[in-house]
Amino acid sequence: MKFADFVCFEATVPELQARDREGAIEEMVSSLDKAGKLGKGKCKEITRAVIKREKEASTGMGKGVAVPHVKYKLAKDVVAAIGLSSAGIDFSALDKQPVYSVILLISPVDEPDKHLQAMENIFRYLQQEKFRKFLRQCRSAEHVEDLLGEADENSSL
Amino acid sequence: MQAEQDSLEKVVCETEVEIKNADGLHMRPAMQFVDITNQFKSDVTVSNNETEVDGKSIMQMSMLAATCGTKLKIKAEGSDAKKVISALRELVEEKLFGEPAP
Repeated sequence: MKFADFVCFEATVPELQARDREGAIEEMVSSLDKAGKLGKGKCKEITRAVIKREKEASTGMGKGVAVPHVKYKLAKDVVAAIGLSSAGIDFSALDKQPVYSVILLISPVDEPDKHLQAMENIFRYLQQEKFRKFLRQCRSAEHVEDLLGEADENSSL
Repeated sequence: MQAEQDSLEKVVCETEVEIKNADGLHMRPAMQFVDITNQFKSDVTVSNNETEVDGKSIMQMSMLAATCGTKLKIKAEGSDAKKVISALRELVEEKLFGEPAP
């Protein structure tokens, strides 16, 4: 699976306004909603579900990244959005550091394999310091799309 | 003398486990796995056929993203190698990370 297969680039939030994780999640779900990726009127429900999952166990894996996610019964396919914060957001991360890059992932309930494929792709790159650094340096949705496009191209080498 | 004693205690223990819970090794099970490995002194490496990762790194374990039915090789090296392997085997194959089977 490549980023282009599931990341909605129109929903990229290059500068999140929120300083707390709930606000950031709300902004990003709302962005996916505006891009038409969520069912009608499901925005609040999905936001609640993501926040609930986030509170169970922080997806702030350390190194300034977080991957809030949820398996949602009305999701037709795996979809993700990227959100960046130059000031940093408190995600109760494992290393107690602020989060500068957020990847929101929403997956259908009955397709665990697709969810895993998306996660594998996300983490394969988030592990790499250079990728995290470049992602953090992105200032626009176009930058993010270019970076992820390059990652997709390199992965097929 | 101390170094000799330490090296005598260094045990290598390997096993193969199968992911049995329906949703596979997504983030939550990966976190449980890493919670256990970090309680022990031994180094732990986990591999599927293509990649080998550090069993103590949550990011690397999440990257493995093993689906239900996938077999993983776990290798532990250190004085408590047998204990960590046993704990991991229990988590993965007996408790299924506390998640439903398919």
